[in-house]
Amino acid sequence: MGTITLRNTCCRSKSLELFVTLAVAVLAYCPTSARCGDVTAVSVDAASRVTKLYGAGGIRGLESYQTGILVSSSGHIITVLSTAIDSEAIDCVLDDGRRYTASLVGVDLRRELAVLKIDGDDLPYFKLSPDSPRQAVGTRVLALSNLFGVAVGDERVSVQHGVIAAQVPLRARRGSHEAAYRGDVYILDCTTNNPGSPGGCLVTWQGLFIGMLGKELRSSQNATWLSYAIPANELAIGLEMILSGQTVQALPDQKQSLDFDLQSLGLILVPDLLNLTPPFVEAVTRDTLAADSGLQIDDLVVAIGNRTVTSQRGLREELSRLIPGDPIQLSVVRNGSIVLIDLGLIPSIAEPIRKR
Amino acid sequence: MQQPPSPHSTRKTVCRNPVMLPVLLIGFFTIHQPAGLSADNDTFTQVLVAQQERIRTIATAAKTSVSIFAGSSGGGSGVLISPDGYALTNFHVVQPAGIAMRCGLNDGKIYDAVLVGLDPTGDLAVIRLLGKDTFPYASIADSDTVSVGDTCYTIGNPFLLATDLQPSVSAGIVSGVHRYQFPAGTLLEYADCLQVDAAINPGNSGGGLFNASGDLIGINGRASFEKRGRINVGAGYAISANQVRNFLGILKGGHLADHATLAATVATSADGRVVVSDILESSDTWRKGLRIDDEIIELAGKNVRSVNSFKNILGTLPAGWRIPVIYRREGRPTEIFVELAGVHTPAMLNELMAGRRGKPSAQNKPDNKPKPNPLAPELKDLPDTIKKFYERRFGYANFFFNRIELERVQQTLEQRKLSLENQESTWRYQGHLEAGGSFTIELNDQSAKISLPTGISRWEQAVADAGLAAEAGFDASPPGSGGMLAALTMWRRLLLKGSKNLGGRMTYWGQQPLYSTTTTQLADVLELTTSSCRARFFVDSFGNVIQVTFFLGSSSTSCDLYFKGLGDRGPYWQPTHLTVTNDGGRFATFIFDVGT
Repeated sequence: MGTITLRNTCCRSKSLELFVTLAVAVLAYCPTSARCGDVTAVSVDAASRVTKLYGAGGIRGLESYQTGILVSSSGHIITVLSTAIDSEAIDCVLDDGRRYTASLVGVDLRRELAVLKIDGDDLPYFKLSPDSPRQAVGTRVLALSNLFGVAVGDERVSVQHGVIAAQVPLRARRGSHEAAYRGDVYILDCTTNNPGSPGGCLVTWQGLFIGMLGKELRSSQNATWLSYAIPANELAIGLEMILSGQTVQALPDQKQSLDFDLQSLGLILVPDLLNLTPPFVEAVTRDTLAADSGLQIDDLVVAIGNRTVTSQRGLREELSRLIPGDPIQLSVVRNGSIVLIDLGLIPSIAEPIRKR
Repeated sequence: MQQPPSPHSTRKTVCRNPVMLPVLLIGFFTIHQPAGLSADNDTFTQVLVAQQERIRTIATAAKTSVSIFAGSSGGGSGVLISPDGYALTNFHVVQPAGIAMRCGLNDGKIYDAVLVGLDPTGDLAVIRLLGKDTFPYASIADSDTVSVGDTCYTIGNPFLLATDLQPSVSAGIVSGVHRYQFPAGTLLEYADCLQVDAAINPGNSGGGLFNASGDLIGINGRASFEKRGRINVGAGYAISANQVRNFLGILKGGHLADHATLAATVATSADGRVVVSDILESSDTWRKGLRIDDEIIELAGKNVRSVNSFKNILGTLPAGWRIPVIYRREGRPTEIFVELAGVHTPAMLNELMAGRRGKPSAQNKPDNKPKPNPLAPELKDLPDTIKKFYERRFGYANFFFNRIELERVQQTLEQRKLSLENQESTWRYQGHLEAGGSFTIELNDQSAKISLPTGISRWEQAVADAGLAAEAGFDASPPGSGGMLAALTMWRRLLLKGSKNLGGRMTYWGQQPLYSTTTTQLADVLELTTSSCRARFFVDSFGNVIQVTFFLGSSSTSCDLYFKGLGDRGPYWQPTHLTVTNDGGRFATFIFDVGT
């Protein structure tokens, strides 16, 4: 992907964001909203119910810090289940600089939640309820999180503003791993999937707690990074189950990839041993789109659509950007000349990939 | 390079947002309107009013935004802060661009600009736009009043898109205040900075961060970037306007500024106190009495709550400032005034300015001539329009502007100067000491005399010049003062003759706070270097020389004069009070008889 493309895309989305921001900000000054202009007060109050968490990790892509939300006055904290909290000692720092060591109470593998506990007394917290109403698309929100770990000690977590852009079921992944959670999430128009943001809290501009910022995930449909939050009622259900001693198992279909991949297309490449293993075809499975299209053993894939690929990794990456209904056209080198292979349209995820 | 260089990366709750005021007023009146008028209609009107206010604010602020284009070296943004064309930007924008720049304003015109001053550590630079008498400019707000959640705008030249000279505007909120962002090496440290979710992208560097009323609260300079590449992800940082204000005098004086160090490191103790963990014994801090394990309570008038807040306070202060430090030892607090050392030596700074340090590959190839430094050009290589605004000198970014500032302070002094005929005669004072006993002082151009309960002391220029004085302890007369008579003579000379003809080299130091007064107002400081002494004169905005810091020879211990109630009573300058300290310890306070 060229720099220019990236820049253009970015500019367009920025101007859109600016438009939305301006529109939202102007609306925000409407005196009919419950407590207009109290963004400062709401932020300060919410930040006192949010904690900075420090645990294991620190390898690139796996941060050792994230955010937690206090959900009881005695120190229960709800956060995102991640490698960061897979640690003997999890440090927890409140907005006034008070430092605690948190222990793990339990996990909900379906919602990918973890509940931690610190020895606290009379702490400020958000009360979770399974009956929390869902918020409408267009609701103005504030997202508070330990993003990039910039807030330390008695510094308050960072506050970002945005709107709920959509409410949709989550279809996301990190790398090749699927996200377990399948329920509805709020999609936000501000970038909240930064390192440290998972576990952050989402409140309305009136200070109502409405959700928790999710993991750093990409959409499994178009590979873009997702800024989303799990709604408060889902969190309440997860919390209740964990506190009642249940370990919530992940949905059984978690392991099953929803994506089509090379194999499901019927295309088997030579073993990928190098960083830049060339995408040579080793075998073609019978009765598949690949076999049907005339792809042959020893073909070298050099392009998918109009985008050049130079390695198996590159091919997989390009493939990952396609969504059901997209045409797949491969350019392969066969006996020194380029041959175009048309595999037709990508079947929808629910359908079997095999030829009907 | 257009990019910021680093890829990494008790607040009030009242509504002080000025945009809000008209809205609130309208909101108030609408409540009392008779029923029947639909609420929707009211809301609509109020939204329109708020929107108009916003449009006005942005239109005004956008006029002050500077788009910097530096050809193949990239470019960035800037913001005008005075009608005579001074503008702020980042060091990392100016460094590749060099002394001469081309800058665009949204009036559609391109102006020549010249570098004035540089602060590589704080990533700040002052430039001056040329070719117009009155530029639109932004006023600098007090950034300590900024709260999380406040509305803010970033205005600048992201991705160098402003090729039509119209800056880009992004609206957001303040995400965090008093943030600390680590330096790269010793450079580009963002201490006590503002964090915003208004977009700061590559190219926004150096541009203004504005509050809802369009005042300048910061200079945008860096952002947290990660997996998406170098585009904003909702976390950008701006140098606080208050840090800018601390350095502005120094930068306008053409200096290559340095940041301060206490020459001591601190750590958090087991019980959460901030204590000194190490200290340089050669430092002023040590000499004033700070020791390992002392608890630091206050720095420059601000509470030290954590190691981070210690760094935040210190990181916004220039080297050479004298600040109060309150520390606690065995339960007892003590206040000392410390002259802050620099983080770098002048030679190091010079190298850093050139961007040469930390690149060993260039040094390994002795055949390679060092690349020409765009920030220390030969005069002949500069455009004709810029030549007369540039003077190269070691330790300065552009010495030309030191002369300009010296001239400005000189004029303030001139305006305040007495026009009485006998002012050249001996200045005689009498009064009593706060500690008891009476005194007389006589000041002449080449000599001085003081009579104290302890005896009579003299000072003579001829003896000082002969270099004998220091050995005999004569220079520092009266004994124990550290050179009070010599300092008073220099003060008298400055008042009578101005900054020239003082028998040494006078430069403009920059600005420093006057901690001796009840406020921390900044005063212009002139620095005199002669063969036998160094002196700093603090000039307030009325042209009063109200404080003198005097060093004999190459001594690092100073004699300080603090004047109070200065006025032209009688035929010459006379204070009501004069306090003299020697190396921080009080020598005496003189109370003057009125009208003598």
